[in-house]
Amino acid sequence: MKTLCISALLFVAISGSVHAADSEQTLFEGSTCILPETPLDRIVSRKLSKLGVKPVMCSDSVFLRRAFLDVIGTLPTAKESREFLLDQNRNKRNALIDRLLDRDEFAYYWAMKWSDLLRVKAEFPVNLWPNAAQAYHHWIMVSIRENKPYDQFVREMLTANGSNFRVGPVNFYRAMQNKTPEGIAATVALTFMGTRVESWPQKDYLPGMSVFFSQITYKPTREWKEEIVYWDPDKKLAPTNSAMPSQTALFPDGKKLKRVPPDQDPRVIFSDWLITPKNPWFTTCLVNRAWFWFMGRGIIHEPDDIRPDNPPVNPALLEYLKKEFIASRYDMKHLYRLILSSRTYQSSPIIPQSDAPAEVEANFGFYPLRRLDAEVLIDAINKVTGTSDLYTSAIPEPFTFIPENTPAIALPDGSITSPFLELFGRPARATGLLDERLNRFIPTQKMHLLNSSHIQQKLEKNPNLKAILKSKTNPKEIREELYLAILSRFPTPEESGKVEAYAKSGVMNKREAWVDLVWALINSDEFLYRH
Amino acid sequence: MRTNPFLTPSADSAPAGIRSAPISRREAIRLGLLGAAGLFLAGKWDSQAFADDAPQVKIPVQAKARAVIQVFLWGGMSHTDTWDPKPDAGYDYTGQFKATIQTNVTGILLGELFPELAKQADKYSLIRSMTHHNNGHETAAYMMQTGHMPGERLAYPSLGAVFALLKGYNAGYKGLIPPYVVLTQPQGRFSESGFLGSKYKPFATGGDPNAARFEVEGVIARGITDERQIARRDFLHTMNTMGHAMPENSQLAISKEAEEQAYNLILGKGKEVFDLSKEQPELRDRYGRHTFGQDCLVARRLVESGVPYVTINYPGGWDTHSNHFATMRRQCPQLDQGLATLLRDLSDRGLLDSTIVWCCGEFGRSPKVDWQPPWNGGRNHYGNVFSVLVAGGGFKGGHIVGSSTEKGEEVKERPVYPIDLLGSIYELAGIDPDARLPHPMGFEAHVLSPAEKGAKSAGRLREIM
Repeated sequence: MKTLCISALLFVAISGSVHAADSEQTLFEGSTCILPETPLDRIVSRKLSKLGVKPVMCSDSVFLRRAFLDVIGTLPTAKESREFLLDQNRNKRNALIDRLLDRDEFAYYWAMKWSDLLRVKAEFPVNLWPNAAQAYHHWIMVSIRENKPYDQFVREMLTANGSNFRVGPVNFYRAMQNKTPEGIAATVALTFMGTRVESWPQKDYLPGMSVFFSQITYKPTREWKEEIVYWDPDKKLAPTNSAMPSQTALFPDGKKLKRVPPDQDPRVIFSDWLITPKNPWFTTCLVNRAWFWFMGRGIIHEPDDIRPDNPPVNPALLEYLKKEFIASRYDMKHLYRLILSSRTYQSSPIIPQSDAPAEVEANFGFYPLRRLDAEVLIDAINKVTGTSDLYTSAIPEPFTFIPENTPAIALPDGSITSPFLELFGRPARATGLLDERLNRFIPTQKMHLLNSSHIQQKLEKNPNLKAILKSKTNPKEIREELYLAILSRFPTPEESGKVEAYAKSGVMNKREAWVDLVWALINSDEFLYRH
Repeated sequence: MRTNPFLTPSADSAPAGIRSAPISRREAIRLGLLGAAGLFLAGKWDSQAFADDAPQVKIPVQAKARAVIQVFLWGGMSHTDTWDPKPDAGYDYTGQFKATIQTNVTGILLGELFPELAKQADKYSLIRSMTHHNNGHETAAYMMQTGHMPGERLAYPSLGAVFALLKGYNAGYKGLIPPYVVLTQPQGRFSESGFLGSKYKPFATGGDPNAARFEVEGVIARGITDERQIARRDFLHTMNTMGHAMPENSQLAISKEAEEQAYNLILGKGKEVFDLSKEQPELRDRYGRHTFGQDCLVARRLVESGVPYVTINYPGGWDTHSNHFATMRRQCPQLDQGLATLLRDLSDRGLLDSTIVWCCGEFGRSPKVDWQPPWNGGRNHYGNVFSVLVAGGGFKGGHIVGSSTEKGEEVKERPVYPIDLLGSIYELAGIDPDARLPHPMGFEAHVLSPAEKGAKSAGRLREIM
């Protein structure tokens, strides 16, 4: 196997056929599709060729699985895998991208990512309360489903007024531990500018910016835990801890607003400053985040640590994405499609030989391996085994009871959880920092996957396996069906031989041998990692 | 992504409690903090990142406590019905529990439901003036288990996670069982590992130690023989096609190492610590044949085997808004039996001197009974004053710290704030409460921060240390 892959790598590297389809396919590399080099690819290649690296495309089966996991956080079914792999259409990759961007799971999965950033959680340390968390999540999910332009999405949050139960986006101002004007300003800077106020050298910038958020008022109603968030023009306009005149506000670029007009919501003034193509942070932050989500690494890295002394690794790439995003009027799906249909995104997961591996990684010379997110992983296991998990919240409210078979990516509230999600590093949604999500394997996670009763029961119960064993008797067909469902590809002859040998070893009966195959495949790196 | 350097068990570091200087970067490397992970990750760490993350930990020459057992009465146990009885407060306060019981220490009275603890009062002290004035489960639990005030930008780790960081694999702990264990379910009210990350999350055993077989999740699987266990592991290894295609990948090396450590526990002898059949049946009876009693026995076995921090999340909890008195009649005798036996057993084995046992909820319960529907004789959340039991590891027994007012409604003397209690525990365990904690973003964070907004302190528990 190893030699096969390496020889394929050499083949593609030497032949260097960039525009035509790479006809030779191995398990992980090569392509049967025509995929032209895009302007984006040319910008990336320019840096990579200086490093002596020519990226290799990933195989169709790798692309299929990657696209499903990255775009909808969900595994393809055996049927979907078979159809795609056997499809002779040379444009099938782009067609799949379009189909995935229209699926319901797209909205759920991306609402999950945004809910991490926007801290959608009923209790602690962000205390939204269950119905408010769900109103917030619903608004996010619907915005994504409708492909709401990003500028509008942000403006609706920053300028929202109303009840936390009824107007989803007002919860932006509630979903933070520190709700002082400075705390709000820090959250706005992190969320929409990708900067950490802790690293701002000018000490008066944060108090100056906080003026824009100093007239936000929170008022309880007679309904339990309901709160109205609104602009109160009568509230004193004042920067905290600052020697500045009380009506002067400061934009984060240092521009001064001498007098905030008394008849204008200062949040609107701030939004007008932030949400323009000229703003140095607004578009940069979003396109860089999108790139990070797909490529595992920001052009500016970390993506929520934008500052002058942390420059982009490829400024031309960042400029190109920004230009495209602005020209499309902040169309998120356009941006995603741009990245997804590039050869850069569709590059091999195998690290190319080079003298500067860190540079190659930083310049996107291959697709980096990443362990599946906690939610995606349990959904994948449940889908493969035909089982489900129970999700509960410590807060016994009607809103926290979740119907069976709800996928974890669709959970509307960070307080609704399971021991599996907690163990596998689901973020606490305490700070909105990207680093809260931890996908690095630790031994207790392996113990759980290899040997827990939670997983073992799924493997034993497995109605999907029962159905396959009932309808098929030919071991070859059974193997194929399992491989397509679990690894989204056909087994190699070598793998088939190993499966047969295992069944004959005599340690377990026939059914147990199939159970163990499912167990081995879901514990394989190929299953556990986006690749 | 910046890598947290505190990730790998070190093979050659010094045991806890014998280091006296702050750990410098150079020393950390010498101690093996870079360990095996360093071999394939070192390239990703720039030295600046490491210097930012390195904790400045001063571990005194002699730490009295080597281990901690925390019995967490989540939901909040009534203080007036238990360890701070107010027999003269009147029926609206005492409800059914007017009677008290004399302990083996003159002057210390307990509520009537604690006859076993009454015989052991020389081994523990009671804080009757614990206070934080917060009545929300999550916030109060966060304050009681982290010692930090909510509302900060940071989400701090719990005491157990800090122990896992500073008393775990980086400090010479070599056990296969993770250094922070929870019996049996995680509490889940807040992220116990805070910004330290999932490496420091507690290992929740799952299962029931009172069942015929204590099936620890991930360690002891039902119905899989060792023969099949080994056969399928070998099968997995031959089937790992992608792993074989990318032998150099550092992500997969992490996966492989985690798997190896998992199998050391699954197939090794380390798991015997969970095998209660190795204990005398009479001793198991003394602990009580109920989940909590057997939790206590497992906790003792874990501490004996070197685990630095064990939390018992009380099965079922104490959130008795309604049906309060019946629940107390059912649960208090189990708490009494398990906890009293644990203290005696630790003491008999000479472990109490080096093991802190602390027991409390996130708050107490309202001293005045709520007779109105729907509570019909319940008690509600109460953070103004409540009680904590502390024993061992340098805490003196037989003392009462502070007091509450006549009806148990407010602190009367010597308030004890979360930072005072947790600071005392850290100090006894040789952890400097001012030490800096590694934050993945390099933010400044300390084990405890007395200067935090709203934080109050009345000093550590010198009177019983």
